[in-house]
Amino acid sequence: MADWLAQNGLLLGLATLDGLSNAAAIFMVAVGLNLVFGVLRVLNVAHGSLYAIGGYTAASLGLLLAASGLPDWLAFPLLLVAALLVGAVLGPPIEKLLLRRTRQHEPVLQLLITFALFMILEDLQKLVWGVQPVVNDTPLRLLGTVDVPFGADVIPFTTYQLFVLPGVALVTLVGLAWFLRRTLAGRMIVAVTADAEAARAMGIDAGRVMLLTFTAGAALAALGGALASPTVSLVPGVGAQTIVLSFAVVATAGLGQVEGAALAALLIGLGRAFAVYFEPELEVVIPYLIMVVVLLVRPQGLFGVVETRRI
Amino acid sequence: MPHPNPAAPLAPGAGLPPLGRRGVLQAGLAAGSLLLAGRTAQAQPSRPQEIKIGIATYLSGPASVFGVPGRQAAEMLIDQLNAEGGIGGVKLRPIFVDEGPGVDHVVGEFRRLAQSEDVDLIFSAISSADCLACAPLADELKRLTILWDCGTQRIFEEARYDYAFRTQANATPEVLAALLYLLKMKPDFRSLAVVNQDYAWGRDSWDIWRTAMNTLKPGVRVVAELFPRFGATDYSTEITRLLALRPDVVFSTTWGGDLDTLIRQSADRRLFERSTFVLPLAESSMERVGKALPAGHIVGARGDHWFLHPNPRDPELLRRFTNDFRQRFGAYPIYSCHHMAQAIFATKAAYEKAMQAKGGGWPTDAELAQAFRGLEFPSLTSTVRIREDGQGLEDQIIGTTMATDAYPFPVMTDMVVFKGESITTPAGQKSADWLKTLTPAMLDQMPQPIAYKP
Amino acid sequence: MKRHAELLLALLGVLAVVLVAWAVPWLRFVLTIALAKGLAVLGILLLLRAGQVSFGHALFVAFAAYVVAFLAPLLPETLLLLPVAALGSALLGLLVGLFVVRYREIFFGMLNLALSMVFYSVLEKFYAITHGTDGIRLAPTRFAGMALEGAAQGWSVLLLALALSLGFGVLVRLHLASPMGQALAGIKTREPRLEFMGVPARRVLLSAYVLSACMAGCGGALIAMTTRHVTPALAYWTASGELVFIAILGGAGSVLGPFLGALAYELTRVYAAALVADAWQMILGTVLLLVILFAPGGLWGMGRALFARRRAA
Repeated sequence: MADWLAQNGLLLGLATLDGLSNAAAIFMVAVGLNLVFGVLRVLNVAHGSLYAIGGYTAASLGLLLAASGLPDWLAFPLLLVAALLVGAVLGPPIEKLLLRRTRQHEPVLQLLITFALFMILEDLQKLVWGVQPVVNDTPLRLLGTVDVPFGADVIPFTTYQLFVLPGVALVTLVGLAWFLRRTLAGRMIVAVTADAEAARAMGIDAGRVMLLTFTAGAALAALGGALASPTVSLVPGVGAQTIVLSFAVVATAGLGQVEGAALAALLIGLGRAFAVYFEPELEVVIPYLIMVVVLLVRPQGLFGVVETRRI
Repeated sequence: MPHPNPAAPLAPGAGLPPLGRRGVLQAGLAAGSLLLAGRTAQAQPSRPQEIKIGIATYLSGPASVFGVPGRQAAEMLIDQLNAEGGIGGVKLRPIFVDEGPGVDHVVGEFRRLAQSEDVDLIFSAISSADCLACAPLADELKRLTILWDCGTQRIFEEARYDYAFRTQANATPEVLAALLYLLKMKPDFRSLAVVNQDYAWGRDSWDIWRTAMNTLKPGVRVVAELFPRFGATDYSTEITRLLALRPDVVFSTTWGGDLDTLIRQSADRRLFERSTFVLPLAESSMERVGKALPAGHIVGARGDHWFLHPNPRDPELLRRFTNDFRQRFGAYPIYSCHHMAQAIFATKAAYEKAMQAKGGGWPTDAELAQAFRGLEFPSLTSTVRIREDGQGLEDQIIGTTMATDAYPFPVMTDMVVFKGESITTPAGQKSADWLKTLTPAMLDQMPQPIAYKP
Repeated sequence: MKRHAELLLALLGVLAVVLVAWAVPWLRFVLTIALAKGLAVLGILLLLRAGQVSFGHALFVAFAAYVVAFLAPLLPETLLLLPVAALGSALLGLLVGLFVVRYREIFFGMLNLALSMVFYSVLEKFYAITHGTDGIRLAPTRFAGMALEGAAQGWSVLLLALALSLGFGVLVRLHLASPMGQALAGIKTREPRLEFMGVPARRVLLSAYVLSACMAGCGGALIAMTTRHVTPALAYWTASGELVFIAILGGAGSVLGPFLGALAYELTRVYAAALVADAWQMILGTVLLLVILFAPGGLWGMGRALFARRRAA
C-alpha cells in the first residue's frame, strides 16, 4: 500500500483535481432536478433539455457579444443572464400550463408530461440551433491556464475548470443551503418538501412554492448548461445524455437534499476521475455502481429521511 | 417474372384487382400514399415516371452532424441532376428517413420504403449497425441498396449480398492509411495512447490500428487505452492523464461534437504541444474548431475528401461542388457530402451501364444490381471502383495540419493520397488476418507527400 | 367492463391486426414490433397497479433479445428459443427483483434504470463478444422445424406474437382479479395495511416483477426475431421510458390498454417519421401531451368513455 501510494500519490493528486471539477459540473446539473423533485415530486425528464437549451442560449448570446464589440468580460455575467432567461421563459409555463393541471392525477402522469416535453424540446432545439456543434469559449480563453506542478513536470489546467466551476458550485451550494434554512421562502420550500399536506394546513401557498421551485430548478438546469458551454460543443442529444447522470445523482442523494446532491456529485466525480486513471473501463458505469451501493446501505439515499408510514 | 416480388407467395394483394385492395385500405386507415403496398407485377422495365430513392440518414441525435450535411448534398445534387434531365431522361426523387431512433426503426422504415413507397433504390445508412441490419434485407426484398456511409468492414467480409453495395471504403483502409502515414512521417515514435468513443467504431478502429501497428512496428508502448462515454462532454480527466503520461502519439477516431470538444479541451491545456495527434476523422471538424487545432498534427477524411485535394480528377467539378454547397448551406462540404455524392454518381453510372447493356432499354432491379458489380464511377475527387464482393475501392487522403491566412481554419499539407486497392483488404479475406501479413515494404510504395499550394 | 366484452374486443383486435398485416405487407413488421412492445408494457401495467414505475424494463427486453441472438446458431428453433429467452428473463427478473422490491417509487424506478444502464454498458464493454453497438445479426432460425423465409417468416412471428399477447393478456387479467392481484393494488394505496393483514407485500410485488420480466422477455425475443438484428440500444434508458410512455398512452385500466397503446405508438411514430422525418419526436411528444392533458385514462379510457356516453344516449 505504502509503495503504491509512493508511486501513485502524485497521480492521486491530479485525479482529485479532475474529480473536483468534474463533481462541480455534475452538481450543477443535478441540484436543480433534486430541488424540483423534492417539492413537486416530479422527476423532470425535460431537465436535460433545459440544460441543453441553457447551454445553447449562453453560447449564442456569447457569440452575439463577441460580434457586438462590447467588452469581453461581459461573457461571464452573460452565462448567468442566459440561465435566468431560460428559467424565466420556460419554467413558469411548464409548471402552470402542464404540471399544475395534472397534479390531481397519478405522479407517473406528470413524469410522462415531462417525457413528452423532452421529446418536443429535443426537436425544437434542433430547429433553433441546427445540428452543427455550437460552442463559445471566450470565458475560457480570457482566464487562461494554471500550471500545477507534477514532480519535475507541470500540468496545465484551465483556470475556468480549476476555479470557476468549483467556485460557482460552492457558491450555489452555500447560497441554496442558506436560502433554504434562513429565509421564509426557503423554509416554505423545505416545509413543502417534507410534507406538502401539512405545509398547506399551516397556511403555506404550496402552489406558489411549487411555481417558484420549478422556475428556480429550470434556471439551475440552464445554468449548468451555460457553465458547460465554454468547454463543451453542444450537439443534438446532449440533453438525453445529461439526464441519466442527474437521475443517478438524485437517487443517490436522497429526495430534495441539496447537501446530498453535493455529496453524491462529489462521489461520482471523484469516482469517475479515479476510474480514468486506474481502471478506465469502469468509468462509464461508476455513477450507477455508486448509486446501487449507496442504496444498498441507505435505501432512502445519502441524506434522505425515512418517510413515516401512513396507515 | 420481370420483377420478382419478394412478398408474392403470401401477399394476398397481388392477386386482387387493385381497386378492391385499395378499398380495404381506405376503410382501414386514411393516409393515402403511405399505405399502397409493394411494387406488384407492373411491367417494371418500362421507363418509370421517376426514380425514387429512399435515403436513411441521421436527422436527429449526435450523428446528425454528418447526416444533415449528407442530406443537404443529396438535395443539391439531385436538383442539379434533375435540371440536366435526370438519369436517362427520368428525374430522381429522394425520400429521407431518420436513423436516429435506432435499428428497429430503420429496419421498419426500410420495409416501408421498399414495400409501400416502392422506391427503386435505398441509400442506407450512416450507422454500421443499420448497415449490418439492412444489407440482408436488401437481398430478402431484392431492393437495390447502397451502403452509403457506414464504416464497418464486417459487412462484405462476413457475408455475400446480391443487392447491397458500398460506394466508399471501409474502416480498414481508413485507419490503415493514417497509420502508414504516421510511420512514414514520424518513424521514431515509441509510445502511444488512444482516446476513442466507447462504442463499436471506437473499438473497431483501435483494433485495426493496434493489429497493423503490432505487425509493422512491434514494440510501441501503449501507455493508455481510454474509451470515454459516447457523447461525453468533458475530457479533462483523460487530458490530465495524457499530459502526465506524455505519449509521443495520441490516436483518436472520435468524431462530431465529441471530437470538437476533445480538440478544444486539448488545445486549451496545451496537450497538442506534448503529443502528436492522429485524427482520422478531423476533416469533418476542421472548419468548426478553426485554429484551436494547431499545425503539425495528422488528420484524415474517411476517403480522399478534401476541398483542396492536391490533384483531383476534375478540378472544375470539385470547385463547383464546393462553391455551390457553400453558397446554399453556408459551410464547406464534409466527407459525408462526398459519400452522398458518390452514392448518387454511382447510381447514375450504374443505370447508364445497365441501359447500355440492354441497348437503351430500362433495366430491371436485377439488371441494375448486376451493373453495380465491377462498376467504375467518378467521385468528386477521383474514381471509385466497386469490387466483385460489393466493396468500393476509394482513395484515402491523409495530411498534416498547417495554418494559413487564406482560411480561418487549418488546412492539410504534406498530403498523401493512397490508392484504394493498395490499402484495402483483398476480397475474400478478413481484415484481422490480412493486417497481420503486412510488411514494412508497404511504406516504400507509398506515394510522395504533396505540399499545400496556396 | 365485463369479461366477455373484453375478450370479444381482444379477438376483434386480433382480427384487425391480421387484416391490416395482410392488406399492407410492410405494416406487418410494424405490427409485430408493436405487439412485442405491448407484451413488455403489459408487465409495466402490472407494476403500475402496485404504484411502481420501472424505468429499466428494457433490461429484460434486451436480455432476452441477446439470449435469442446468442443461442440462435446453437438452437435454431423459434419455438424453443422463445421460451428459453423468456425463462432467462424471468430468472434475471427474480434476481433483480429480490433486490429492487425492497424499494418504492423513485428509488424503485431509478434502481431499475441503473441496472438496465449497467447492462447497456456491459453489452458495449464486452465488445469482443457482443460487437458493441454494431450489434449481432440473428442466424437463420426454423419455425416448428420448417425453414421459413421472407414473408412466411414474418407471418410466423406475427402469429406467435398474437398468440402470446392473447395468452398473457388473459393470464394478467386473471392474475389481477385474483387475491394476489388485489394485494398488488393494496401496495399502491396503503402498504402497511397489507402487512397488518399478514400479506407479505414484498413477495406480492416480487411475483408481479418476475411475471413482468418474463413478459418483457417474450417481447424482447419477438423483437429480435422480427428485426433479426439486436443492438445495445434495446437496453438504453429511453427504451424503458418508451415502455412507460406506451403504458400511459394506452391506459392502465385494462389489459387491452398496453396493446392499444403500443399499436397507436408505433403507427404514430412510423407515420410521423414518414410525413416529417425531421420532427417526428415533436409530433409524438405532442400526441402524448394531449392524451395526458385531455384523456388521462389513456386511449382505453377514452374509448370507454365514448362507449359509455353512447350507451347513455
